[in-house]
Amino acid sequence: MNAVFNTKRQSRLKQLDYSVLQQCMHCGLCLATCPTYDATLLERHSPRGRIALMRAIADDCLTPSPAFGQEMYFCLGCLACQTACPAGVNYAELFENARAEIEELHLLNSPQRNFIRQLAIRWLFDDMGRLQLLGLALRLYQQLGLQTAIRRSGILKLLPRRLQRLEAMTPAVADTFSSDIIPPITPPFGPRKYRVAMLTGCVQDLVFSQINRDTVEVLARNGCEVATPPQQHCCGSLHAHNGELELARQLAMRNIEQFPPEQFDAIISNAGGCGSHLKHYSRLLNNEPLWRERAALWDRKVKDIHEWLNEIGWQPPNSGIGPLVVTYHESCHLAHGQKITTQPRKILQSIPNLRLVELPESQWCCGSAGIYNLIQPELADELLERKLRHIQETGAVIVATANTGCMLQLITGARLHKIPVRIVHPISLLAEAYRADGASARI
Amino acid sequence: MPISTATLAALRKIVGGEYLLTAKEDLIPYSFDGTAALRQMPGAVALADSTEQVAAILKLVNQVQMPVVTRGSGTGLSGGSIPTPDCLVLCLARMNRILEVDRANLTLLAEAGVATQRIAEAAAEAGLFYPPDPGSMKVSTIGGNVAENSGGLRGLKYGITRNYVMGLEVVLPDGEILWTGNKCVKDVAGYSLRDLFIGSEGTLGVITRVLLRLIPRPAAQKTLLASFPSMEQAAAAVSAIIAAPIVPCTLEFLDRTTIQCVEDYMKIGLPLDCEALLLMETDGHPAAVADEAAQMESLCRNHGCTAVRVAANAEEAAQLAAARRTAFSALARLQPTTILEDVTVPRSELSKMVRFIQSVAAKYKLRIGTFGHFGDGNLHPTCLTNERRPEEMHRVEEAFSEIFDMAIRLGGTITGEHGVGIAKKKYLPKFAGDVQMRVLREVRRSLDPKNILNPGKMFDA
Repeated sequence: MNAVFNTKRQSRLKQLDYSVLQQCMHCGLCLATCPTYDATLLERHSPRGRIALMRAIADDCLTPSPAFGQEMYFCLGCLACQTACPAGVNYAELFENARAEIEELHLLNSPQRNFIRQLAIRWLFDDMGRLQLLGLALRLYQQLGLQTAIRRSGILKLLPRRLQRLEAMTPAVADTFSSDIIPPITPPFGPRKYRVAMLTGCVQDLVFSQINRDTVEVLARNGCEVATPPQQHCCGSLHAHNGELELARQLAMRNIEQFPPEQFDAIISNAGGCGSHLKHYSRLLNNEPLWRERAALWDRKVKDIHEWLNEIGWQPPNSGIGPLVVTYHESCHLAHGQKITTQPRKILQSIPNLRLVELPESQWCCGSAGIYNLIQPELADELLERKLRHIQETGAVIVATANTGCMLQLITGARLHKIPVRIVHPISLLAEAYRADGASARI
Repeated sequence: MPISTATLAALRKIVGGEYLLTAKEDLIPYSFDGTAALRQMPGAVALADSTEQVAAILKLVNQVQMPVVTRGSGTGLSGGSIPTPDCLVLCLARMNRILEVDRANLTLLAEAGVATQRIAEAAAEAGLFYPPDPGSMKVSTIGGNVAENSGGLRGLKYGITRNYVMGLEVVLPDGEILWTGNKCVKDVAGYSLRDLFIGSEGTLGVITRVLLRLIPRPAAQKTLLASFPSMEQAAAAVSAIIAAPIVPCTLEFLDRTTIQCVEDYMKIGLPLDCEALLLMETDGHPAAVADEAAQMESLCRNHGCTAVRVAANAEEAAQLAAARRTAFSALARLQPTTILEDVTVPRSELSKMVRFIQSVAAKYKLRIGTFGHFGDGNLHPTCLTNERRPEEMHRVEEAFSEIFDMAIRLGGTITGEHGVGIAKKKYLPKFAGDVQMRVLREVRRSLDPKNILNPGKMFDA
């Protein structure tokens, strides 16, 4: 028997308020929206099946086992079940606690897994300086032409499949980090109506710093003074979703300290996955009397960029950037985690000469799901191909989407399948249209 | 008795290793259905992919006399697909192919595991209509619908699942494959065995294919939502509509508790300041629709209705129907355990039954939300409780027992659309009487002499 069972550690699932587990009345309405159930038709791979396993552990009917651990990591965490659930089950909380329990019991230990987790989650994403250093190294690798040379040489075929995959997915690192192109304080165009803070993200900062720049520009255009401190912390979503709730808690505190919520009208996130986690700091800090209230205020202040623009009203651009046919792929954590579905579409539709075509199954996960495409490549590939098929059906030349993971997944997918579409953040399209306004105004 | 290794090996050979489940983590998710407090672990789960596999499985289990519980998506509300101890769960979710849409004969042939919603969509794509729409139609399977003879929101005008089944492929307990029915509208050759299997709750055979009747799509439809200051006034308005006589496609009601929960989930602007809401839908020829809608609106106003909202378009109408369909699950927001019943009474007795349910709730100090199909007399009193409080659960049982007795006294039934399963088993003899019970037993014994199919469900063989 594993030694950990002899310790007196309290099970997280048993400590959970039992009513959270009981909230699931297993009506099954989640089945139709769950990508893992859809792919396998096995109840174990469905939301209500997973909740039944968690409940069995809380009821002492099941000992947490490696099979349980594997199941919880087979879940994409896309939260489509939360949208489908009429009973209001908080699946995100259940799922995060289950994964945390798995890590605390070391159910899935293997030297390789431990090493990667230690390196990536505990070390790399704990400090943005380290992440930027990695970014610099990758930038050199790519800019010196090494990547192209190595990819052509065929030497990569000697690597294990998972590493080959990781190499193929390595994003093109941007020439600049956010802090190189965004000043700590950006004044508004015209009078100041709001004071907001801008969260630049981790991977986003490394590969899509231009999106951050676009977001800041769009905010400034709409009367916001934008604070963008150069050294920021990870939001902790990667940690929370991967069973490291303690690290997630620490990162939450660091973020609240860096961006005192009292000082801003809004704290802006432009990535669906980050925003969905950022809005629930009070859940992480609920047992901290000194932090609880501030965390609740923080949760209220965090706004997705599309949500914020729809609240304050944005100035529609005069010039178009088209004519363009654009389709919109919904980030799971924007649509299901934050319930933001109409706002990005409204923003896209405000751009002249841009025709928005609905993407079939726009709310179905693209397979990125944080780091899912690295740990469950088969299903991730199936989901990606399904998504790409639908994208091609629309005939769009641009896919707008608002999450770093989705963008990376779709860019890789379009490159590997040779599909000529551009993957863009909706806010970048708005920024481009504003810039076109500016250009025509100057003429 | 646990399933023997030899039997498991034989089953594995039939369905393939991937689809014979025996690990505890795989079995727990098959130990329940949509009912609240019923739970039982099976011995194994087999997911068959074809009629031949189902036949081979039944031949095998018949030899070793092992109990088999058939299931689709496990959304049932009477415990019909809850495993019996150490049984084999035979899951048909993989048999999910639509085999034919026959426009010339207006029929659709599908395997048992196809979701009801997909049937409705396939019919719509062919310009036709499959009306039965049980609350869980997004995931419920057509085989399960037939086995439970499911109803839905459109029962009043269009009938229930039974009215759309033209033929069935059934695997009998000994593994023989039987076809009953065909594409003929008229067929009186022999007993209507098809009707025997509809609503048999997995006790007489395993339904593997279903031949369904489709009808033309109605040209127009109109949806109205009327609010009432009291439940009795709403009930009286319904009686007046039926007596007019108008038979709308849908005539649903929600009480205050249910309205609140549904609005919390759907956020579609349901009025929260009334005691009862009537959701009415009329469909058919545009002129008839306009006429019926106007008549229903004026009858509602004559019976104290305070406001009528007319759905502006098909999207809003669909949203209102969808909202009503989530009522049961949405009620689960309030309390950990939600126990839903489906007593049904003749429509003339509706207000009496509704009043009685309210008085029983008060007597036993329980919170009971009620919604349902006013138009066909099918009520869903739903008790919001907590299964972890045994004393309260005891009161729930007493209360429902009184409600069932009252339904029988009023000439109604203990279950309108969910089936007997385990939940109503105790009440069936009282409702059916000795003669019916004897015939039920004899039919079951003649088809399943070894009592291997869903033993202990509905009644003891």
